Amino acid sequence: MSVVKSKPSLDGFYGEFGGAFVPEMLYANVTQLQQQYVEIIAEPSFQKELNDLLRHFVGRPTPLYFASNTSRLLNTNIYFKREDLCHTGAHKINNALGQILLAERLGKTRIIAETGAGQHGVATATACALRGLECIVYMGEKDIQRQAPNVARMRMLGATVVPATSGSKTLKDATNEAIRDWITNAENTHYIIGSVVGPHPYPDLVTKFQKIIGEEIEQQLLTQTGTALPTHVIACVGGGSNAAGAFYNFIEQPSVQLISVEAGGEGVHSGKSAATTQLGTVGVLHGSKSLVMQTADGQVIEPHSISAGLDYPGIGPLHAYLYKTERASFYNVTDVEAIEAAFATTKTEGIIPALETAHALAILSKLTWKPSDVVVVCFSGRGDKDLATYMPFLK
Amino acid sequence: MKNNSSSLSAAMHGKDLAMYFTAGFPVVDSTVDIIQSLDAAGVPIIEIGMPYSDPVADGPVIQQSNLQAIENGMTLELLFQQLKNLPPLQSHLYLMGYINPIMQFGVDRFCTLAQSVGIKGCILPDLPPELYAASYQPIFEKYGLKIVFLITPQTTVERIKLIDTLATGFVYAVSSNTITGKAGNNSAEAIEAYLLQAKTLVVKNKLMVGFGIATGKALHKVCEIADGGIVGTAFIKELAQTTDVVSVTTNFIQQIAEGYHE
Ligand SMILES: Cc1ncc(COP(=O)(O)O)c(C=O)c1O
Repeated sequence: MSVVKSKPSLDGFYGEFGGAFVPEMLYANVTQLQQQYVEIIAEPSFQKELNDLLRHFVGRPTPLYFASNTSRLLNTNIYFKREDLCHTGAHKINNALGQILLAERLGKTRIIAETGAGQHGVATATACALRGLECIVYMGEKDIQRQAPNVARMRMLGATVVPATSGSKTLKDATNEAIRDWITNAENTHYIIGSVVGPHPYPDLVTKFQKIIGEEIEQQLLTQTGTALPTHVIACVGGGSNAAGAFYNFIEQPSVQLISVEAGGEGVHSGKSAATTQLGTVGVLHGSKSLVMQTADGQVIEPHSISAGLDYPGIGPLHAYLYKTERASFYNVTDVEAIEAAFATTKTEGIIPALETAHALAILSKLTWKPSDVVVVCFSGRGDKDLATYMPFLK
Repeated sequence: MKNNSSSLSAAMHGKDLAMYFTAGFPVVDSTVDIIQSLDAAGVPIIEIGMPYSDPVADGPVIQQSNLQAIENGMTLELLFQQLKNLPPLQSHLYLMGYINPIMQFGVDRFCTLAQSVGIKGCILPDLPPELYAASYQPIFEKYGLKIVFLITPQTTVERIKLIDTLATGFVYAVSSNTITGKAGNNSAEAIEAYLLQAKTLVVKNKLMVGFGIATGKALHKVCEIADGGIVGTAFIKELAQTTDVVSVTTNFIQQIAEGYHE
């Protein structure tokens, strides 16, 4: 049996998934990134600058919090990796800062991004404000409505928020618009993709900027428990960046069980879902080969999730590979279950989670745990942005 | 009809016009009527767009025609059925579109049916030459299907040469780094310099220029350097306004011929 690897091949494939299916108009930019990203990121000056920012601007390392109340309820050991305590409120800033330093070294002066929940948009707008770069964020019209506070934050940070009005008016369409912008402004623009999706090298590039989550988990567990390896790591998967970051260090450690939670929407077979591994087939979306929710005729299906950050009809190629090789177990959680978990965690632990994170939390009570288990949940973001969705459920 | 045909070729003096349209647009049964009208008008190359939900290299007009065609019920399955009924044509037919629907359809089956309905070749913008050579070339060659690749002002000399070697249909020079139907940021001088260089590098294939060519005059301009030009968005805009695709198509080509001549 071949070993499941955490790194892609030189041409960006994880098993059969990945690659760079891009039109020639993006070839120059994508190959420039492919040829230079590893080297640039490895430069000591890059590492120092990024680490300083992560420490003093973002507030890393984020705590690994022993969730004692939840642990007691479930009779096991639950830890939250507190990415919600990152500056701007989610893990997305790790990637946005890494990519902005990369963009500067590539000589790019204009930054574009897509966003679903608005967290990646806010993170990118923040990084651009910090470095004085022009910032344009594409966001689905529907998401602009349901994540209004983040839209206001992006504007206050100086970004231009452009509504994507085609298709389902959500993350998929915002990504299409960002790609079209990049094609049109290829020479001066860097596209900061917000998840481990897109053409090679983005899945690996974004993973490299998020893998600090798993590295810190290892160090912190070692300090706090005397053992570096958890038994389980749980993360929600939209495109899969917080999951990739939390999993990366453990992928080649077979004793660690990796648990991915997708958005079930109103139920996997309700026709209103975003559970890509359950509903998808092999295809190409946004420049890489992965699992894609699509019709038999190859038209991409508009997904549904109450959580804007998980409302995407694909997953990163790394996750398609972890699914196919069964290295990770995939579950899904409905809108209602996610809302319930958000309220339960808020009351039990005093932490309001993002709706995306609530999906990861919801799986805790659906699975059975041993008292000796050490379960780390990637607490990808905080719930302030989701108050408008939560409020109607306040009784 | 004969008149139209001879007026286009007379105007263009051996240069080629390629016309793009989206299959199943404006209505699902338009496909065959449009092809026959373009053929009758003497258009040498017809690019039949295979609709896709997420056409990232296309501007709003072609995006809209893709979505409308899908809504009209257009599928690859149906497209091959429509093409089966075509009489013999003078025009060369190319299928243009994104790789995902072809993957779902099955590459082998796609090529079999394409060959059987008389398709000359394919233009698949999101299938780069490297990935084509690695996994698709043997199948395409087995069924005698030609392949077209794009170049842009950013494509390097080495790469243009590689693309010319791999391409078997023609080389599609995108006039500016942009999406379809949108004028790029490049000046007329920059475009001219780029085309002049491309023309010296593309030696095996014809060099056809596309993106943003809307009139016979603009077509004439690129044909001063290249072997031909490609018109898409401007034609789709006209088709979007009509129920009589036959006369719209005939008139459109006539206007192109007249504009070219002036
Ligand atoms: C808090 C939070 N968690 C998770 C996600 C999902 O993204 P990914 O799967 O890339 O981590 C988002 C996306 O917006 C988010 O804001």
